[in-house]
Amino acid sequence: MVNFIIDGKKISAAKGTMVLEAARANGIDIPTLCAHEAVSRSGACRLCVVEAKKGKRAKIVTSCLYPVEEGIIIETKNERVLNVRRLVLQLLLARCPESDVIRDLAAQLGVAPQPRFAADKDKSKCILCRSCVRVCEEIVGVSAIGFSCRGADKAVSTPFNEDSAVCIGCGACAFICPTGHIEMETTEETRKIWGRTFKMKACDVCGRYFAPEDQLKYISKKTGVPLKELAVCTNCR
Amino acid sequence: MKKATTTEAKTKEIVKKHGRDKSGLIAILQDIQEEYNYLPKEALSVVGEQLEVPISRIYEVATFYNTFSLNPRGRYLVEVCAGTACHVQGAFNLKDRLQRDLEIECGQTTKDNMFTLEEVRCLGCCSLAPVVRIGGNIHPYLTQNEIPGILRNYRKQG
Repeated sequence: MVNFIIDGKKISAAKGTMVLEAARANGIDIPTLCAHEAVSRSGACRLCVVEAKKGKRAKIVTSCLYPVEEGIIIETKNERVLNVRRLVLQLLLARCPESDVIRDLAAQLGVAPQPRFAADKDKSKCILCRSCVRVCEEIVGVSAIGFSCRGADKAVSTPFNEDSAVCIGCGACAFICPTGHIEMETTEETRKIWGRTFKMKACDVCGRYFAPEDQLKYISKKTGVPLKELAVCTNCR
Repeated sequence: MKKATTTEAKTKEIVKKHGRDKSGLIAILQDIQEEYNYLPKEALSVVGEQLEVPISRIYEVATFYNTFSLNPRGRYLVEVCAGTACHVQGAFNLKDRLQRDLEIECGQTTKDNMFTLEEVRCLGCCSLAPVVRIGGNIHPYLTQNEIPGILRNYRKQG
């Protein structure tokens, strides 16, 4: 176990724990966008910055990627940290002016749109945190989406911006997206995501449409469970 | 269909040459680009299958680096240097002239598939500014008046 201090509170956590997890476990709230429990950490949104003080030196670090150390003193809400966090939010706000999530966070910290950061019009709500790409690779295992280009043109997309042959329409990317950038439309019989329309499967028992057929086929192939068993929705199982 | 199989065979050969190791992806893509002057979509999917890397990852790499092109390029790549030294020496005038003479915009390819015009940052020979690199050859201290003759020579070479 490692002993350290967060916001004046003595805390001990297992070695290798990240500061963010240790703080959350002790009821200390640190705002984040990209730190989702399902996927690995990337430190992309940079909202989780805290100040880590070791001896005489205090530095700003991303708490989601900073492992706890013996004797460090973490400040999550001092003026220095809040200044950095406000700047990050100003930039996020300029990138995604339409995102309600970012607007709410900005309002909480009293951040207004800055005239010096011209607002982007073509980025929609994507903050390029790569959570969707990671969930598709790490959890779903199909890697249907990825980033394309770089710099100002960087965006998340399917290869060649075409219908992905490997996408199973599970919607994990839309679910994990912190800002709601990825659009998924589900009606009774169909689901539309990444420009492709998937046919939904109706439950063999209750007749309710519950999952895309391609997803069930993929799960069946991966786990070896016969497709027939999967054709029953979770409520009827 | 016949052409398709040859692209596949050629790509497989290139992948094999690099030991089917995914850490050699960039080298493989460079060799494919050497062969075709661009990265054919079909070749990319073969690379993905051979290396067991998702096509989305390969697309990330192929779009990240400027040296890779996903669109067919002409026989000669015309690179106008827009680095500081060349810019000061009026490289933008050379670009205008090339666009006019080739009747294309930057990033496009001529109808006869001879030239692709691109703007690059620095070719590393600032003392020769302004420079244009055509098909790998550096043309130093270039003036607008020399451009038609140079293009004619490349056209003649075929």
